Amino acid sequence: MIFAIFAPLLLAFIIPLLSKWKHKVHTGWLILPIPFAVFLYFLQYVGADFQPQMVSVDWIPSLDIALSFHLDGLSLLFALLISGIGTLVVLYSIYYLDHKEQLGHFYTYLYIFMTAMLGVVLSDNVFGLYAFWEFTSISSFLLIGYWHHRERSRYGALKSMLITVFGGFSLLAGIILLSIVTGTTSIQGMVEQSDVIVNSEYFPFILIFLLLGAFTKSAQFPFHIWLPDAMEAPTPVSAYLHSATMVKAGIYLMARFSPILAGEPYVFIALSLFGLVTLTWGSYMAVRQTDLKGILAYSTISQLGMIMAMLGFGTKVGLFAAVFHILNHATFKGSLFMIAGIVDHETGSRDIRKLGGLFTFMPISATLAIFGTFSMAGVPLPFLNGFYSKEMFFQASLDNTASGAFAETLVTIIPVLAVVGSIFTFIYSMYLFFNTFTGKSQVEELPKHPHEAPKMMLVPPFILVLGVLIIGLFPTIFNESLITHAADAVYGGEANKEIYFWHGLIPAFYMSIAVVVIGAIMYLTKSKWSRIYQVLPGRLSMNRVYDWMVEKSETASQRITNTYMTGSLRQYMVLLLTAITVIVAGVLVKTNGINFDMAETASITTTEVIVTLLIAVAAIATIFARNRIAIILIVGVVGYGLAILFVLYRAPDLALTQLIVETVTVTLFMLCFYHLPNLKKDTSSWFTKSTNVIISVAFGLLMMVVGISAYNSRSFDTIAQYFIDNTYKLGGGDNMVNVILVDFRGIDTLFEVAVLFGAALAIIGMIKLRRNKGAN
Amino acid sequence: MEIILTVLASILFSTGIYNLLQKQLLRIIVGTVLISHGAHLFLLTMSQVKRGAPPLLVDDVSSYTDPLPQALILTAIVISFGVTSFLLVLAYRTYTLNKTDNMEEMRGSDYD
Repeated sequence: MIFAIFAPLLLAFIIPLLSKWKHKVHTGWLILPIPFAVFLYFLQYVGADFQPQMVSVDWIPSLDIALSFHLDGLSLLFALLISGIGTLVVLYSIYYLDHKEQLGHFYTYLYIFMTAMLGVVLSDNVFGLYAFWEFTSISSFLLIGYWHHRERSRYGALKSMLITVFGGFSLLAGIILLSIVTGTTSIQGMVEQSDVIVNSEYFPFILIFLLLGAFTKSAQFPFHIWLPDAMEAPTPVSAYLHSATMVKAGIYLMARFSPILAGEPYVFIALSLFGLVTLTWGSYMAVRQTDLKGILAYSTISQLGMIMAMLGFGTKVGLFAAVFHILNHATFKGSLFMIAGIVDHETGSRDIRKLGGLFTFMPISATLAIFGTFSMAGVPLPFLNGFYSKEMFFQASLDNTASGAFAETLVTIIPVLAVVGSIFTFIYSMYLFFNTFTGKSQVEELPKHPHEAPKMMLVPPFILVLGVLIIGLFPTIFNESLITHAADAVYGGEANKEIYFWHGLIPAFYMSIAVVVIGAIMYLTKSKWSRIYQVLPGRLSMNRVYDWMVEKSETASQRITNTYMTGSLRQYMVLLLTAITVIVAGVLVKTNGINFDMAETASITTTEVIVTLLIAVAAIATIFARNRIAIILIVGVVGYGLAILFVLYRAPDLALTQLIVETVTVTLFMLCFYHLPNLKKDTSSWFTKSTNVIISVAFGLLMMVVGISAYNSRSFDTIAQYFIDNTYKLGGGDNMVNVILVDFRGIDTLFEVAVLFGAALAIIGMIKLRRNKGAN
Repeated sequence: MEIILTVLASILFSTGIYNLLQKQLLRIIVGTVLISHGAHLFLLTMSQVKRGAPPLLVDDVSSYTDPLPQALILTAIVISFGVTSFLLVLAYRTYTLNKTDNMEEMRGSDYD
């Protein structure tokens, strides 16, 4: 099983090597067998006596992360859809994409996606699931942006990336919480502990995070906006990712966790409400589209909403219908996308206003489209699978019970929303078929003269339509071998359910009839009421919200950065010093670090006080100095004063060094001042001036408090005694400072010499080197 | 006495930072010089001043000043001297190239 999952990925690595033959054979032919082999591999499990199985390989054992794959009914259904439709899509793409396209890129992305999607539906380890989940987002991003020279493709790819990765992070948060609560990273292990999860205090967060992940991936309202823009991808990609597989990953997630979540009142409310709103809004918006793929995109959104709502019902009928509709939707929607691609390919246009009357030119495509669209509409005919699941959906929408005021209201409006959504579904299905294939043909407006597609291009949609018919005619075959197992896995028990065409005269049947009748009337009178779209949505659109958010986050972050990254050194210093002062003062106060104990201080003598005063006055005078010579001399006074202090405090070496360094520094200042302009009066505003004063005084006060407190809170004696004792014994000298500098701590001195050396080199460099000839 | 010395060091810090916040390059360099003076004084004060003879071994003396801070200050003086001289020449070069010593006028542009 592991090999089957990773086979497409391994193949993706060797696709570039196949480019040698790409001029003779279309790359697609060379790699077509792999998804088909994967399909056959999974097909062997199909049967009435299927038993779930598990394979596991260690990945990061210390974190309890493994590549473990659990194949049960639900996973099997999805794996078959992924590999089966994958095969058909590759076959279709061979005729859809020209030799001149970058086929290597296309198939590499597609096969990465295939492995990722198989990994999502088969993973038992939640972190493995998350890894594959993000792989689907990335490969979807690459595929949407396949024609990256088009601006709309890049926009659509970025949008889907931002939205689905946002959901991916939510999912990650959700699974981290889940694994913390349950102590396991296995989904099966979590299902066993569903009581623990539901009763945990984190349950609301887990639920919100999981829902965000599922809603963004499965394009539920209000996160549906990325899907219509993802239609910029090549049509095989739209057919594969954005109708049959990836957009069902969120559905899969909810179905996978259904044994844990189903029956919880909030799950019921959230899933049913958002699912039905998505169903209604998606089908309502689909009628308005003029692009074939736009209609199909909104139709996908709407159908996904329907499945999500059925998962939310959580009843036996609802869950069974959800699983059944996953299969049905994949068949008819895949075929419809392929036919839309054929129409685009053979006429050069997807604009439904330009199309019409294509039945005479493309009879086979049109016939295939009949089955697809009518199945999508849920027309009650015994050979259309869409009708069966729609009927079950109506039935499931009627028998919900829930307590609580909001939930009870919801229960009463569920059937209404379901019927309204289905009416619009019927309208756009008819609109899609009749406006494309019947009516007056406008051949002269089309870029190409329409004609029937190559026979092989029609094979994939034909096989899918065949699927529609077989499921429609013989539902029991699929039911017993596949759907029942999947429904059991979702329900977490026996969800056995028979599929009948004729249930008798039950309310669900009347709802179906009502949908067809009202839908047909509304379709025929569409031109009369279509002005309503100018009122609703009018200018209301989630796209505007998205664009606004993207634009605002850019301008806002730019504005925030511009407020503090001003380029002014002074402002950076102000920020730094304020931060230091506030933090240090805060810590001092918080830890009661201030300590004014004067016991251990030395005596005060007049000489010292005079020198101290001298230095203080000189330091303050630097601020008021207006003359560059004056300021240099004043700084010299400070330095020489310091040297005197060193003498008074018995540091002869320091005094010496200080005197020499001060002299050299003053000389240097003198050398430079000649070239520098004279000091100017401080012309800055009183606000700047007072800020400067406040900050410098505050910092000085802080250092004073820190110094005095530190002086009075000595924890240990100094290590001075060691140096005093060993200077002669170990160092062989009697000047302790010098022995420390060159003997005990010689490395300090080595690098201090290096600093001087570096400074000297840099100074020489600055003076000698002139790259800019214009400067002197 | 240590209190007075700490106050002095704080004054050196304050005036140094005030100069550092000015626009003119020369003042900024003066600010750094004052701050390093303050730091050296701080280091000296934090060891106990006036507790014994200068750190030179002489017979019959048992109490000496702590030699370690003096060694540290000596290293610091030399390093700050290196940095100050570098800054001075940098200021000189900056002025000759840009014809201004006003920090507010010295901002990187997008193309350099």
